Amino acid sequence: MAAFRDEVGDAGTVCVRGGGTRWLVGAVPSHAGDVRQISAPLGIESIEPAEMTVVVGSGTTVADLASALSEHGQEVALDGPVGATVGGALMVGRNPLRRGRLGEIADVLLQADCVGADGQAFTAGGPTVKNVTGFDLCRLLVGSLGTLALVGRVILRTRPLPEAGAWMVGEAPTGIVMEALYRPATVLWDGVRSTVRIEGSCADVADEIRCLEALGFTAADEPVLPAGWDRWSGTLPEGGVRALGSGVVHKPGPVGAPEVSVGVRALADRLRDAFDPLRRLNPGRDPYRMTA
Amino acid sequence: MVISPLTRSLLGRLAVRRVDPITDPLERDLVEVLGRGRVEAGIGAQSLYSHDGSVTRGGRAGIVCFPESTAEVAACVSVSVSHGRPFVPRGAGTGLSGGAVPCDEPVMVVTTRMDVIHEVDVERRLAWVGPGVVNLDLSRHLEGTGLHFAPDPSSQQACTIGGNVATNSGGPHCLLYGVTSAHVLAVEVVLPDGEVVILGAEEGRAAGYDLRGAFVGGEGTLGIATRICVRLTEDPPEVATLLLDFDRVAGAADTVSAVIAAGIVPAALEIMDQRVIEAVEPFAHAGYPLDAAAVLIVELDGLPAGVATAIDRIEVIGTAHGARTVRVAADEDERTRIWKGRKSAFGAIAVIKPDYYLNDTVIPRTRLTEVLSRVYEVIEERDLIVMNVFHAGDGNLHPLIVFDAREPGVMERVLEAGEEIVRISVEAGGVLSGEHGIGLEKKRFMSMQFSPADLEAQDRLRRAFDVEGLANPAKVLPSGASCGHVTSLGRAPDGTWV
Ligand SMILES: Cc1cc2nc3c(=O)[nH]c(=O)nc-3n(C[C@H](O)[C@H](O)[C@H](O)COP(=O)(O)OP(=O)(O)OC[C@H]3O[C@@H](n4cnc5c(N)ncnc54)[C@H](O)[C@@H]3O)c2cc1C
Repeated sequence: MAAFRDEVGDAGTVCVRGGGTRWLVGAVPSHAGDVRQISAPLGIESIEPAEMTVVVGSGTTVADLASALSEHGQEVALDGPVGATVGGALMVGRNPLRRGRLGEIADVLLQADCVGADGQAFTAGGPTVKNVTGFDLCRLLVGSLGTLALVGRVILRTRPLPEAGAWMVGEAPTGIVMEALYRPATVLWDGVRSTVRIEGSCADVADEIRCLEALGFTAADEPVLPAGWDRWSGTLPEGGVRALGSGVVHKPGPVGAPEVSVGVRALADRLRDAFDPLRRLNPGRDPYRMTA
Repeated sequence: MVISPLTRSLLGRLAVRRVDPITDPLERDLVEVLGRGRVEAGIGAQSLYSHDGSVTRGGRAGIVCFPESTAEVAACVSVSVSHGRPFVPRGAGTGLSGGAVPCDEPVMVVTTRMDVIHEVDVERRLAWVGPGVVNLDLSRHLEGTGLHFAPDPSSQQACTIGGNVATNSGGPHCLLYGVTSAHVLAVEVVLPDGEVVILGAEEGRAAGYDLRGAFVGGEGTLGIATRICVRLTEDPPEVATLLLDFDRVAGAADTVSAVIAAGIVPAALEIMDQRVIEAVEPFAHAGYPLDAAAVLIVELDGLPAGVATAIDRIEVIGTAHGARTVRVAADEDERTRIWKGRKSAFGAIAVIKPDYYLNDTVIPRTRLTEVLSRVYEVIEERDLIVMNVFHAGDGNLHPLIVFDAREPGVMERVLEAGEEIVRISVEAGGVLSGEHGIGLEKKRFMSMQFSPADLEAQDRLRRAFDVEGLANPAKVLPSGASCGHVTSLGRAPDGTWV
């Protein structure tokens, strides 16, 4: 962390590059020529299955973290394109595909060791799985595109891997699917077909498979995003695929700019002014252009 | 909350209050907004609204307002601010850290009349509710829909959903389902400048900063929640409640860590120690063995096969850690009785001593055994009595120190023990509060956990919401305004809790 803090320093504009997989989200950092580009610390410090937590440098890739955790029978509610980093996934803040079981990305960040725009290191949140001590900076950081502080090291909530799981696809509308299943991990709806992920104990998953088969569903592979598609927050657009209950839409190309009320925008601007009055951190990026 | 005879007589006097013209300009402006009937400036209301469920004493309420709509809340806030007067939001007043305790006569904005359930959308699994809706009333309202509101604080019969949002409340079943923040999709807020905004979105994340997430747990310092969109959770198809008893508290604590380490996340994992068992068994008739050092309540839910396997595995783990018996509740009646004992634990302490001080810290769950034994030592060294009944699955300790405030010198010892428990928890890698919040009670401990730079970052968040510093000042951050006349300990509050 000390080296990361020194790299950020207390003057000049600076941006953090993760895997660059969603570099265009929220617009590219401006002042392109003179923005110093740095990377976040790498590596997994500790995995504690009995605490359901992991301590990790935010430059670590989501894939490396997932494979290390799986050796301990755990996983974390982060996903993203190949090469995505933990810090990048948190800062973009999209819900994971299997949100129904893994939970929301908003609930995954327990502690963040950060460097602020004034070059000072500070810690947001705390190491335990339950914590209401002080103001909730962690939730504010998730989805902030690195515009409030730069995150070097994080403690994340993990979950045990499910014993079994299956992807199924069929033409029943989502209402019928939701009726038939208990807490499915994913329900994707493209306007015609539902693609469903069920998870749990072997026997329960087998039962739910039979139940879906009775509705005309067949086994499927894990869906992959077609080339040129991305996942966005929003409602169902023409030709897109909606992940039920998570506010995530999969579609080619960008979706329209979200409507933001004047009051919300003013509050957001006050926050950014409070944390980074000179716009040193990821200058030019705007979380309100997430979907633009 | 039950109204004490003193309060009742004060309220009686209110009824024959003056009818003459209002001389205080602040009161006059508030009456203009709400009418006379919903603005109370008399001593009765002021005394009733000067304390909450915590042992904080010496609060001083100013004018007490009972708005019924968002527009009325916004008007109350604007009036207060235009008079340069702070305001304090208040729900049911069951808070345990003094969050709703007023300092220096602020305008009290009480939400209890905003108790309408506006909309329940069963298909999309969400509901819009007023902030004054009582937690349990929402669950009752949902009966028959197959859905429920997951956060279930032990005070759920009285506390409001607005209060739950403001404190980010937890409850036994938050182990699997998450605390209040995970169940708030959006919230309509009157900001401290009177502006009304909607933070969050009905489905998924709203664009931009997670202002909803930042607001939840703000303890009334970031604005007033006036409508809340909550996530509704599916009722589980199968529920099993287990009762394990141990002749050592360590056995119960070690079982908790081992269950989590084995990759099982029950819906709830609660420990009660011997003093609690002795106090609650006589009226809960739950069948808690009176000679046990501790009992562990485990609730498992989900699909039938998963629940059945987990029961078997927990039996093995519990037995390996010294469980004398493992009982699975045979029917709904037995389940209810097991939970009744847990949920009425606070009520039962009156049998032992008239006053209580309830602490709330979180530690890494693998250190439960070690920290609990330190807690018992701290108590013994000070010749006090502690009852432990807590959310063990999250490592969330609730040491309940019971005492008689009339005993000379006891208060100092209680206070000292409380502080020591906080210190031990933080040293073990824990945090100051898991669900009751900081309020007034733990403000002075904030620097045990946070550096000046950490606190400065939190203050930045607060200042962006509350530019003028008039929303429930003197709470949470040590740098805020002070609240000189408030004492941190006093007699336990009037009411049913003791
Ligand atoms: C016997 C007992 C058991 C308890 N068990 C639990 C438990 O298991 N888990 C748990 O988490 N807590 C528990 N509590 C604490 C308390 O009940 C919770 O904190 C509850 O959420 C407070 O709700 P309230 O309506 O009483 O809020 P209040 O006490 O009125 O207010 C609490 C805080 O919220 C603010 N506030 C209230 N309403 C609003 C609003 N609409 N907008 C903005 N701010 C607002 C206030 O300013 C204050 O800071 C318990 C308390 C008691 C007495």
